[in-house]
Amino acid sequence: MTHLTNFELFLLLSALKVAVVLVITLLGVAYTVLLERKLLARIQNRWGPCRVGPFGLLQPLVDGAKSFLKEDMNPLAVERPLFILAPILALGCALISVAVVPFGAVTRVDGVDLFQIANVNIGLLVILGITSIGVYGIALSGWSSNNKYSLLGSLRSTAQVVSYELALGLSLVGVVLRAQSLNLRTIVSSQSAHGALSWNIFGGFQTVAFFIYLMAAYAETNRAPFDLPEAENELVAGYHTEYSSMKFAMFFMAEYANMITVSCVATLLFLGGASSPFGHIFDGFLRTPVLNAIFPVCWFVAKVFAFLALYIWVRGTLPRFRYDQLMSFGWKFLLPLAMANIIVTSFVLAMRG
Amino acid sequence: MVPTTYNLVPTAYYLILAAMLFSIGIAAFLIKRNVITIFISIELMLNAVNLTFVAFAHMWHQVSGQIFVFFVMVVAAAEAAVGLAIILSIFRTRETLNVDEIDLMKS
Amino acid sequence: MQLALFIIFGGLALVGALNLLFQRHPIHSALSLVVVMMSLAVLYWSLGAEFLAAAQVIVYSGAIMVLFVFVIMLLNAGKEERTRGSRAAYAVGFPGAAAIFCLLSFVFLSERGALMTSNIGGDLSNAVDNIAQVSAMLFTRQLLPFEVTSVLILVAILGAVVLARKEQ
Repeated sequence: MTHLTNFELFLLLSALKVAVVLVITLLGVAYTVLLERKLLARIQNRWGPCRVGPFGLLQPLVDGAKSFLKEDMNPLAVERPLFILAPILALGCALISVAVVPFGAVTRVDGVDLFQIANVNIGLLVILGITSIGVYGIALSGWSSNNKYSLLGSLRSTAQVVSYELALGLSLVGVVLRAQSLNLRTIVSSQSAHGALSWNIFGGFQTVAFFIYLMAAYAETNRAPFDLPEAENELVAGYHTEYSSMKFAMFFMAEYANMITVSCVATLLFLGGASSPFGHIFDGFLRTPVLNAIFPVCWFVAKVFAFLALYIWVRGTLPRFRYDQLMSFGWKFLLPLAMANIIVTSFVLAMRG
Repeated sequence: MVPTTYNLVPTAYYLILAAMLFSIGIAAFLIKRNVITIFISIELMLNAVNLTFVAFAHMWHQVSGQIFVFFVMVVAAAEAAVGLAIILSIFRTRETLNVDEIDLMKS
Repeated sequence: MQLALFIIFGGLALVGALNLLFQRHPIHSALSLVVVMMSLAVLYWSLGAEFLAAAQVIVYSGAIMVLFVFVIMLLNAGKEERTRGSRAAYAVGFPGAAAIFCLLSFVFLSERGALMTSNIGGDLSNAVDNIAQVSAMLFTRQLLPFEVTSVLILVAILGAVVLARKEQ
């Protein structure tokens, strides 16, 4: 290796990390779609995609090729720049937030952390901020389409996301209070003492917060049972009625990338991130540094996968909310519950410390 | 990592930038005829002032300026909620957003 | 680093603000303001105010401006038409804004002696915990104003509900 300064090495490794994480996330998105189709099919007692490749494993590639090759239609009445900007915003925001997620134990190579792109002091706030910017993608797509169904869908979606963001943010306060930091690494390490027993959902007594987060996150990502913005039997396809080809695919990918982000955040905050559920009991078996680096990543992926499966299970089980039910559920049930959780948590912490 | 000479920006640069943003906000406030856009330019002016607060807070190594910005944000949020509600109810009665036509008090 | 950040994002903020001024459609103005706010958030970050940067993104661009865009979409506000009032406003607006800008920059430049000596260096890498500082200040010395703002927000919520409700 020739002489690289520290800074050049940092840049090189960072670019490499970004590329690898991006590819893995996009692959994850593609296969989450397949997972959803397969699981939903099993729930509804059918086969799901099974023709392309073994068990339909090549289906995502074929789907991607199909949406590339379709004609990209631009309706005449749309507001052109915003119409194109909207899907880019949606997908971009969905992908950026993965940048601050630590998906493995701290593993340093030449001072650069391998399993996290950016270790930010306020990682949790960064994720919340980027998620809240993602609303613009949906809002603008509906407005620029110049179509009443799109507009209705995006109005619904904007109102829904803004309302549930409150409950989402407040449900995380308990976790932050326990960890005393907004750094995602610190939050993870605050739960790694005794394995599953010290995870925030069990030993941390943030179970209520976890369920609030779960419901608010489903609403944030516009997934069933909160999928009113794209309710196909009321609004054609909601905000992406006018989109075709790659632009539609970008919205589609954004939805699944958001699911993955939400699952990552839930794993980090409530399920101990990349730490093993058995704590340090089996540490003796993992002598080599390579194994020590790889096992946490496996735990992380397994937890995220379990979350995605839960997402799909919920979609296959629950019927859609009515709009007024959705709003009153968010404002009158989740929000007060989240506040009560904050008060109780901080009270207990104050009594203890 | 990076040479330190590039690490320094005079405080005056930040203040000039804030002054530019603020005067653009004033121009927009005077020129625009749409209530919502006028409201938006008020937000721009608030942001310009916030920038000076943060720059000064950094210059004096004090957090008081940041605290002030925090309060400005809170008040701006409250103001936006009430203001937009007023705009909604004006639109309901007058069917227009043009400030020249909202002259109920004048006639 | 700091200078590069300042040039890029300061320029972006300026372009956004000018776009706000010259666009005729309210939604374009609102989106340009979002650009200004995001670039200001980056500047805050470079000035060591991490918490404010995050709050700027979450509160301003993520909540307040979404509300603006929502209302623009809801009222279906179109392009603003030119009226006699707008022509008078053009005559007053540009000179007035230019005068204020000249005044402000005159003050800053004449006070250069006090300002120029202090350069702003990057606290980017070895920042002290900004959130701890801000919250310590907020919950000790500024506790009363902090509590009063919560009352203010409550009042604002109630006022907004009362104002925006349809009359029976």
